[in-house]
Formats: sequence, C-alpha cells, structure tokens
Amino acid sequence: MSLESVLFYFFAAISIVTSILVISSKNPVLSALSLILNFAGLAGVYLTLYAQFIAVVQVIVYAGAIMVLFLFVIMLIRPEAERNYFQERKSFKMLTIGIGVIVLGQLMFLIISGTSMFTSGGHSEQSLEVGTVERIGWELMTSYLLPFEAIGFLLLAASIGAMVLAKKKFE
Amino acid sequence: MIPIEHYLFLSSFMFVTGVVGVITRRNAIVVFMSIELMLNSANLVFVTFSSYLGNVTGQLVVFFVMAVAAAEAAVGLAIIIAIFRNKLTVNLDEINILKW
Amino acid sequence: MTFTVHDLISLSPVLLIGVGILATLIIEMLVKESEKILGWFTFVLLLSVAYLSLILLDHTALVFEDKFLTGGRVNIFFFLFSFGAAVVSLLSMEYIKKAGIHFGEYYIMLLSSVLGMMLISGATDFIMIFIGLEQMSVCFYVLAGFNRRNERSLEAALKYFLLGSFATGFLVFGLGLIYGAVGSLSITEIVIGYETLKTSPLFLTGTLLFIIGFSFKIAAVPFHMWVPDVYQGAPTSVTALMSTTGKAAAFSALIIIFSPIIQAAYPSFFTPVISVLAVLSMLYGSIVAISQNDLKRMLAYSSIAHAGYMLIGLAAWNEKGVSGVIFYLVAYTFMNLAAFGLISLIEKRDLRGTEFSDYKGLGFKQPVLAGLMALTMFALSGIPPFAGFFGKYYVFLSAIEAGMTWLAIVGVISSVISVYFYLRLIVVMYFDNSDEIVMVTPSTSAMLGIMISVLLIIIMGVAPGSIINLINSTF
Repeated sequence: MSLESVLFYFFAAISIVTSILVISSKNPVLSALSLILNFAGLAGVYLTLYAQFIAVVQVIVYAGAIMVLFLFVIMLIRPEAERNYFQERKSFKMLTIGIGVIVLGQLMFLIISGTSMFTSGGHSEQSLEVGTVERIGWELMTSYLLPFEAIGFLLLAASIGAMVLAKKKFE
Repeated sequence: MIPIEHYLFLSSFMFVTGVVGVITRRNAIVVFMSIELMLNSANLVFVTFSSYLGNVTGQLVVFFVMAVAAAEAAVGLAIIIAIFRNKLTVNLDEINILKW
Repeated sequence: MTFTVHDLISLSPVLLIGVGILATLIIEMLVKESEKILGWFTFVLLLSVAYLSLILLDHTALVFEDKFLTGGRVNIFFFLFSFGAAVVSLLSMEYIKKAGIHFGEYYIMLLSSVLGMMLISGATDFIMIFIGLEQMSVCFYVLAGFNRRNERSLEAALKYFLLGSFATGFLVFGLGLIYGAVGSLSITEIVIGYETLKTSPLFLTGTLLFIIGFSFKIAAVPFHMWVPDVYQGAPTSVTALMSTTGKAAAFSALIIIFSPIIQAAYPSFFTPVISVLAVLSMLYGSIVAISQNDLKRMLAYSSIAHAGYMLIGLAAWNEKGVSGVIFYLVAYTFMNLAAFGLISLIEKRDLRGTEFSDYKGLGFKQPVLAGLMALTMFALSGIPPFAGFFGKYYVFLSAIEAGMTWLAIVGVISSVISVYFYLRLIVVMYFDNSDEIVMVTPSTSAMLGIMISVLLIIIMGVAPGSIINLINSTF
C-alpha cells in the first residue's frame, strides 16, 4: 500500500466517523467539534487529490472561520441538549436511517455504473498542476471574473443582512 | 492508486448522513450543521472529478461554494440568534405558530 | 483582456444595479433620515434599469469570456425583474412604516435580490446560475425575517432558510455529478454532448438531484412545504417580491437550461418528470387552497398551482411552450403584485387582518379597493379578457400541439377548481356584511403601484398578441 492510499483511508475513516458523530451526539457542542474534525479530515482527503489550494482554504475558511462562528453562536444561546435522541420517535428515526441506507446504495450503484470511464487512469496527469494557487488565481481573474465579482456582492448582501437580523435594536 | 469509487463513496456517505441529520434532528443549529455536511460532500465530488479529469473548473466551483456557505452561515446564524431572542429556544418542534 | 467596453455596455443593466446597491449603502450612511428618500431612489433606479434593458433589447452578446448572455430574451427577464421590483418598492414605502421595519437596509436587500435574479437569467454556466440563485435566496431569507420582533416573521425566515439551504445541498451535489459526467458546467457543452449524456447514469442522477433542488425554489409539489408558511409569515411586501419575481427568476434558469436543448430539437427525457411535477402542483395547490381561511396562505397555495401551469409549458418541450411560460410569468407577476399590494393596504398595524372574515362587506366600505381586488381575482382565476386567461391559453395550447392533450385537460380541470376559491373572496366582499370598520392605510405610492399592475393586466388581456410576438422575436 502506498503512502498515499494509507493517508486517504486514514482521513476517510476520520471523515466517516465524525460525520456520524455530528448527527448523533446529543450535545450541539460535540456535534460542532466533530464537524471541525470532519472538515480537517476532508482537507487531508483533498491533499491526496493534489488539491492543495482547496485543502488550505478548507482548513482556514471552513474549520477556522465558519465553525468558530457556529461555536460562538452555540455558546451564546446555550441550547439544551436533546436529551433522548434515540428514545424519542425511535421508529421514525430508524425508518429515516433505513431509507438513507437504501438511497446510499442506489447512489453508489448509479455512480459506479457511471464512472466506468475513469477506472483505467487514476489521477490525470494534469491534476498536479490544476490544484495550485497560481492556476486557480489565474482562472478566477480571467474566465471566472464575473462570478468572482458576483460573489463579492453576495458577501456584501449577506453581511448587511446578518447585521440587520442580529442587531439588538435600531437607533 | 485509489479508485475513484472510494472517493465517491465517501462523499455519498457524507451526503446521506447530512440528509438523515436534517430530517431527524430537532435542534436548528444541528440541522444547519448537517446541511454544511451535505455541502461539503458536494465539494468532495467536485474536487474528485476535477482531479481525475485534470480540469480546473471543479476546484473553482468549490471556491464559490465555500463563499456561498460562508454567506449562508452568517445569515442563518443571525436568524437563529434573532429567533432565540424572541422565543428562548431553537428547538424546531417548539417553533410552530405557523403550522408546517 | 478579458472584457471590452462593448461587454460593459451590454451588461449595463446589471452594472447599474450593482452601482445602485453601493450608492444606496452610501446614502444610508451619510444622509440623515435616509429612509424617506431611499424608497423613491430605489424606484427611480429600478425604473431606469428597466428602461435600459428595453433599449438594449437587440443588443445580443456573450460577454465576460462567454460567461454571460445579454440581449433578447434575457433582457425581457431583466425588464420583468426590475419593473416588478420597482412596483414592489412602491408598495413597500408605506407598508414598512406601518410594520415598523422602516430601515434603509430593506432597500439594499431588495436591490441585491434583483441583482441575483438578473445574474440567473443571463447565465450560460451552472456556476453563474448557482451564485445568482444563492444571492437571491440569501436576500429573501433576510427579507422574510426583516420584521425581527414579530415571531411569525422570524419563524418564516428560519423555515425558509433551513429548507432553502437543504435544497441547495441537493442542487450542488447534483451539479457535482453533472460536472463529473460532462467535464464542464457550461450549458453549451451539455447541449453538444447531449446525445451521449442522456444515457449516462451519472448525468441522469445529477439531473434528478438538480431538479429536486430546483423544485424547492420554484415551489412545485412535493417540495412545496415551505411556501404557505413563508408567504404567510413574511412581511406582505416581501411576499409580493418573492412570489413574483423570485419565482420568475427560478423559471428563467430552467428556461435558459432547457431552451438550447429544445432548439436543437433533441427529444426530451425530462418531460415525464416535469409533467408529474406539474400535475401534482396544479391539483394539490388548487384543492388545498379551497380550505384556507387566510388570504396570504390561499395565495401561497394558488402560487403552487400556478407553478404547475407554468411547468406544463416546459413539459410540452417546444418553443411555443417556452414563450408561453414567459408570457405567463409576466402576467402572473403583475396579478400577484396587485393582489399582495391590496392585501398590504388592508392589513392592520399588528399585521393581522389577512383573513377572509376581515374582508366582509369591503365592497360597500371601500368600493375602489374591492373593485380592484375583484378584478385581480378574476384575472388570477383565468377569466377572459384579463392577462391570466391568455397565459393559461398559450401554455395549454403548446401542450396540445406537443400531443399532450391530457396535461392540458388536467390544467383546465384545476383552473375550474381554482375559480371556486378566487370567487369566494368576491362573494365575501360583496355579499357578506359586518359592522367592523376596515382601516385602510392611505398610501398614494402603493395605489400607484397597484394601478400600474392592474393596467398591465388589462393591457396584456386586451392585446396579448403583440406581447407574445415580442417574446417570440427574441428566439
């Protein structure tokens, strides 16, 4: 087993375990911490795909900024733990999980029958060069200039909106 | 070499976990975290295909999805704080003056 | 050089909105009591955007490295969004004072959502559609919860936000699979590779997830649960915005994705899915609307039904259907703007007073308002000679031409059902009586907005041919 595969299965295992923890732990703080770990694991998975820039941004933006915001809000409002996650409405939850497993099976079946064209190669030769900051920055400033500018307006609108909603009172 | 199916299995698994979380959990913040899980699984699909196709578009989409997720997180958490101020709860079962 | 001056001119309606948002922000910061002028500022800005889009109607161009299309049909959508939003800004001025949310930020969010809609309607690429859709949705989440001391408004915002971003999750995952199958997210590439793609399971799964995510946004059954709650809980002027131009924007995305495939005369594999969504939406919306006692909620269910009628035009899979949908969208926008405008006038200070019982005897107390309301209800139920009738007519005609007569028949049955609950309001207004005094907010601006909408409904009903010709000429 190459180092790459070892790393992939290690990080993938972390992501799978923590994603289950996110939806099953009673305490929202634990959920948030598991989600941070999940994002860190995903960043590792991105590295095995040679997506260096995305891996770094994943840690800085997702695990760093967004999840800290989540934790702040959780601490601020101290939501009580959902005491009996698996006792209450047990049959409904089991049914949902059962349907989830079936949907997962179907998704995998469809995806596997659709990805036959990829089985020969593995990573494409260009993939090393595709994930660099230089390449992504270049694309953002040339062919994706308009979406890039549009995202600026989206973030502006979101920050104004968040301020309007969370402010205690207007003057 | 890791087969592409393994990456796609990981992402499908996270996606379905997220969906199950949204449907079963009652705490608005945990529901929102499950949605973040779904968005991340989609990001993994994009990065996987981007790498296997040697095509940069997928990673750009991930960049945009991250920005959108940040915007949604800001607005969503602001809504949750505002509703907590009014009702002192974020349990979705108790937030139901309007019938679902 | 990634763009030229020519690109900027073609894109000027979008740029003008962008500049307008920044200007609004600056006015809000610098001018004292800016709320008073911002309403009219927004109105004038949106009107000039609408005017600019009409001037540039023939200016078809692909700009910014083929990432955006302008001119022709796109500009008709630009016009619809900006003109519709201009009417909304007229309706809002007095209403947001009454509701206690008279802040400049309201207009910034309104303009930002219009920018998002415009970005959707000109997209040539799924990335642009996604960003535009999110921009619009984020603004709507905020606007729905704008009345942040009112529990109902906040609850509507929370439900809208959670279900909306849930749908976004499906949408993005679906896009990921489509990207894997095509190797690109550009619509042109998909049209080129359509013959091979339509048998690819990866592409089909992706498309299915994408359609699920999108059905949330256009409020089609079975992904409609948020609609009644959000339409009822949100401030009425905001409901007017999102039920009209917001829905039009989501449909414009479907139109720009499907119409190149339709034009290339490829057979459709979407038709079965879309017809099922259409039938479910029409019947469910019309039947459940009968039992509603709140006018806003009733209009919410009726908007689900209207989404169904519009989906018929897409299921028919021909160019007539597409232009029928565009005509329907324009007609529907102004009918709903008039209806919600009238509701916002009659609504009470504590934001109650939207029940049917509050309209008892309105025909004698407020003959003008009741008359306008009756006219709007006739138009919504599709009684000629108003705009609603021709919208349905063109859409059903396209289905019959496509050999899907059964779909048109279901549509007609559903519209017959819908006549019941629209006319019920008229009966309540003219044949019931109560001693309660109806307080109407005096507002010249809102009356102006309602008058414009009603006038357009009548014009579109009297001369539908010239408008449908204009739409057809943009193919």
